[in-house]
Amino acid sequence: MGAEEGFVASVVGTPVKRIEDQRLLRGKGEYVDDLHPEGLLHAAILRSTVAHGRIVSINVKAALAMPGVRGVFTGEDIARDSGGSVPIVSLRLAPLPELEPFGQPVIANGKVRCVGEPLAVVVADTAGLAEDALEAIEVEIESLPVVPDRKASATNEILLFENLGRNSPITYTAAKGDAAAAFARAPYTRKESFRVQRHSAVCMEPRGVLAVWDGAATKMTVSGAAKVPFAGRRILARHMDLPEECVDLIESDVGGGFGVRGEFYCEDFLIPFVARKLNRPVKWIEDRRENLLTSNHSREIDIDIEIACEKDGTIVGLRGHAWVDAGAYLRTSAAIPPRNVAQFLSGPYKIANIHVDSSVMLTNKNPIGTYRGPGRFEGDFFRERLVDMAAKDLGIDRVEMRRRNLPTDADMPYPLATLNFPEKKEELDSGDYNITLDRCLAEIKWAEKAPLQGKPDADGRYHGLGIGCFIEGGAAGPRENARMVVDPDGYVSVFVGSTSIGQGLVTVSVQIASDALGVSMDRIRFYHGSTTYLKEGFGSFHSRSVVMGGSAILDAAKNLKAAIRKAAAARLNCAESDVTVGAGLAASQGARTIPLADLAKDGLSVEGTFANHHHTYAYGSAAAHVTVDPRTGRVELLEYVTVEDVGRIINPLTTNGQAVGAVVQGLGGTMMEHLQYDEHGQFLTGSLADYLLPTATDFPNIRAIVLENSPSPNNPLGTKGAGEGGIVPVGGVIANAVANALSSLKAEPRELPLSPPKIWALIQQPSA
Amino acid sequence: MKLPPFEYAAPATLDEAIALLAASGGTAKALSGGQSLMPVLAFRLASPSLLVDLRKIPGLDRIDIDAQGVKIGARVRWRDILDDARLRTAFPLLPAAISHTAHYQIRNRGTVGGSLAHADPAAEMPGIAVACDAQLVIAGSTGRRTVAAADFFTGALSTVLADDELIVEVRFPAWPTARRWAFEEFAMRRGDFALAGIAAWYDLDSGGRATNTHIGVIGACTRPQRLAKAEAALNGKAVDAAAILSAAKAATESLDPPGDLHASAAYRRSLAGTLLERALQRASS
Ligand SMILES: Cc1cc2nc3c(=O)[nH]c(=O)nc-3n(C[C@H](O)[C@H](O)[C@H](O)COP(=O)(O)OP(=O)(O)OC[C@H]3O[C@@H](n4cnc5c(N)ncnc54)[C@H](O)[C@@H]3O)c2cc1C
Repeated sequence: MGAEEGFVASVVGTPVKRIEDQRLLRGKGEYVDDLHPEGLLHAAILRSTVAHGRIVSINVKAALAMPGVRGVFTGEDIARDSGGSVPIVSLRLAPLPELEPFGQPVIANGKVRCVGEPLAVVVADTAGLAEDALEAIEVEIESLPVVPDRKASATNEILLFENLGRNSPITYTAAKGDAAAAFARAPYTRKESFRVQRHSAVCMEPRGVLAVWDGAATKMTVSGAAKVPFAGRRILARHMDLPEECVDLIESDVGGGFGVRGEFYCEDFLIPFVARKLNRPVKWIEDRRENLLTSNHSREIDIDIEIACEKDGTIVGLRGHAWVDAGAYLRTSAAIPPRNVAQFLSGPYKIANIHVDSSVMLTNKNPIGTYRGPGRFEGDFFRERLVDMAAKDLGIDRVEMRRRNLPTDADMPYPLATLNFPEKKEELDSGDYNITLDRCLAEIKWAEKAPLQGKPDADGRYHGLGIGCFIEGGAAGPRENARMVVDPDGYVSVFVGSTSIGQGLVTVSVQIASDALGVSMDRIRFYHGSTTYLKEGFGSFHSRSVVMGGSAILDAAKNLKAAIRKAAAARLNCAESDVTVGAGLAASQGARTIPLADLAKDGLSVEGTFANHHHTYAYGSAAAHVTVDPRTGRVELLEYVTVEDVGRIINPLTTNGQAVGAVVQGLGGTMMEHLQYDEHGQFLTGSLADYLLPTATDFPNIRAIVLENSPSPNNPLGTKGAGEGGIVPVGGVIANAVANALSSLKAEPRELPLSPPKIWALIQQPSA
Repeated sequence: MKLPPFEYAAPATLDEAIALLAASGGTAKALSGGQSLMPVLAFRLASPSLLVDLRKIPGLDRIDIDAQGVKIGARVRWRDILDDARLRTAFPLLPAAISHTAHYQIRNRGTVGGSLAHADPAAEMPGIAVACDAQLVIAGSTGRRTVAAADFFTGALSTVLADDELIVEVRFPAWPTARRWAFEEFAMRRGDFALAGIAAWYDLDSGGRATNTHIGVIGACTRPQRLAKAEAALNGKAVDAAAILSAAKAATESLDPPGDLHASAAYRRSLAGTLLERALQRASS
């Protein structure tokens, strides 16, 4: 399907430089901490240093008496003001009644279940005074034994929620065909165990909340919202017992989202609560330690996985059990990684028989949520490692093994395993997956480099090549909305429910609006995200903004053109069908034109919407060339290439930037990032000296090739979500390259991160 | 991560600074580049009553080179060392090591005195001081004393420095141009603290054999130290493959490094041996 009638791609598809950068690079960005309303107070949060325990007492008297302190609030205070119990943050995505009780109280009341859980909020004249007062609060917590990992969790010997009787809220199953029969029949099977370490997105700008309460107008205005402001408003309004119309969430510029920022966190309630209570604006800015300790963690999954193949390498079955260490509570997006790891374990491959269980396991650690490529990064590592091992066993070239199992146009749409609870069917929408594989091999010069595999160079470093294939889901429903208004000066204002999380939303949306309206980009004003712009919006996650927001813009443009035709026809005294819209600012019929500015008086304002339950599947392949120093365990990345088909490229610059950025982020998770706890649930990596992120100079040689061979049939633009694909295969590709390099040393990576000490240890204890 | 409350003073003389430290009864802290102290304060791991900023004290930022050796003032920054072309011949091991110290911005502020006083076991400057028989000049209420670097560091983040004492300068003996040397370090990312690092040097006797061998280790230890057994394995020998291997073996056997969340003890021990091997290969080639 092509784009909507009347849509002529002119700026769409061209490398328009990001509009938003002009402002940001000149220091004109406005982040939440840049806001300083009159009378502002600052909050600091006392957090539990005990991983599991019963609160005996919290004495805030001394803190309250300190200079500049305006209020101190504990769980008891908040419960008293909230109808007797502390509000609970629970699932926003894929909610189920049986999961609700595992939600997180916005402030601990009675029990603490992880280090970092809020115990009290101090509000003071400055952030420094608020922090000083934290030290004056006396807390007594009776320690309970700790559930440090998913294995201890499974025994149910120590319960996080005694009244619920179990530590595992749910086991999801993704199934297709008859896995048991396929495994019974198959001439070749192999079983393995793999694990990915806890890590997450670390945004350059930490989270922040500014709440302003206007008692006279009964209005709560919260700045610092991102990702899903409308969902945040719904949750906040309910917990504050306010009608939704009395709450606005204002989107600020943000320094990074990646799935982590913008979910509803405890502080998103606590700060508005104290602002209303004190009737003063209150701001809280997360510090780096809090950021590492309390923003959503992710990725900690291990799996027992088994593959069944024909002798020729055709994969006939995939089964396994994934264990997701979910931390202490199920917050807004906690269900997605465990669901995704099950449903997308088969990734891009045609596999007829699948049965994957995925158990959510509570532990005394910070709760998890979505992080770019949730469940998919982990699943790709598991599957791509296993495919390499199977190819080796079967004596088949690992590239050939992949080619044999990738779908082509003739297979489309191709069904994935169906997920239960609530049931979710998925199918790959379009594409010939071998094209991206071939292009990737050509780009990295696979054949030319093949002789290097497993060989040491003059410095004793072993060379390795790795390959992996992936899919990226996008376009989460149910809808997205847009509104368009012709301004008095003839410019068009476009409002969308999508949010800007640094992905270039403004640029690509304005490109789409420009072509859809036939109005040049510089005559479009663009507003996004905040709840003040639209009745309803859904935000930016699941690589949905271009597909859903972009398609809503198309719909609004169609409606606006109809409205313009109608208004112009009345003025020009002609039939609406005789009016053409475009060519900049005027509507014309024959030789007569009316500037849009004149028509603006007629109140031209329309809405548009795009409703869709079919997801898009961008797909691709990635390859890497590494060296490994066996003496130090250092992996050096010489080259990395990712090739992804996104259906339709709106802007090659931003798409490329998304892919390269995602790869670097994935390399961090593959080689260095690790959120570590000790066996007492104490958090060990509370600074960027201990939580190692890739820096600009660590991985210089990364290339992204973006293709548009296979438009999605599921939306009028034909485009597919493209913000996450780059990260998805990185763990598998690098681990396969390392295994390839070290094949003569029999070192097979089964765990991330591939840090030098871990690789060195692997070489000391080789396995099959 | 806001700093705890403290008083601040920037005295104009060393004596005043020492008087302020002494008067505080151990609750004041000297402030130099702030690159270690400020994070400590931000995490509220310490809350000194007073910070005595050394920045106005004259004469602490000099690098003096003469026939006796090299004198480096306590306020000399990493970038001053890297920018000083004289050091590349007068004391080449030092800039080679300091090029691994931290990142650009931090090198613009971090100082020699701060690093020595902070005594991180993975820091380069303390390692070089120990490996090169440096002397530390220390001033306190009761006057000046000179302490050998080998005696200065007592453990991780601990030294013999008294509460009212300041490091004034560090003195290195002269460096013969014919000396063979190398510095090897391994960190997770460039500029991170070393998982292990080796400074190695020796002179050659008339028969081409190693003499006066000094091997210092950082990172794989609780304080910077010399590896006497590895040094003994080289002294009197031609530095060939066999000698290098025996020195590396002696080094790993004599090390008992701590493990932490970044690397196990076994890894650090092995790494130190590998780095020594590589250092000696470079020094001898
Ligand atoms: C991200 C990061 C990475 C780093 N990486 C490295 C690295 O790879 N290698 C490395 O060696 N260092 C590294 N550092 C530390 C850095 O080099 C520090 O600058 C140095 O350790 C301390 O020097 P300073 O001048 O900043 O001291 P300050 O932080 O001002 O003081 C440190 C301590 O020394 C005391 N002090 C300061 N001056 C004197 C004096 N003259 N006499 C007595 N006591 C004194 C202070 O009271 C304080 O206790 C890193 C720091 C950071 C933030």
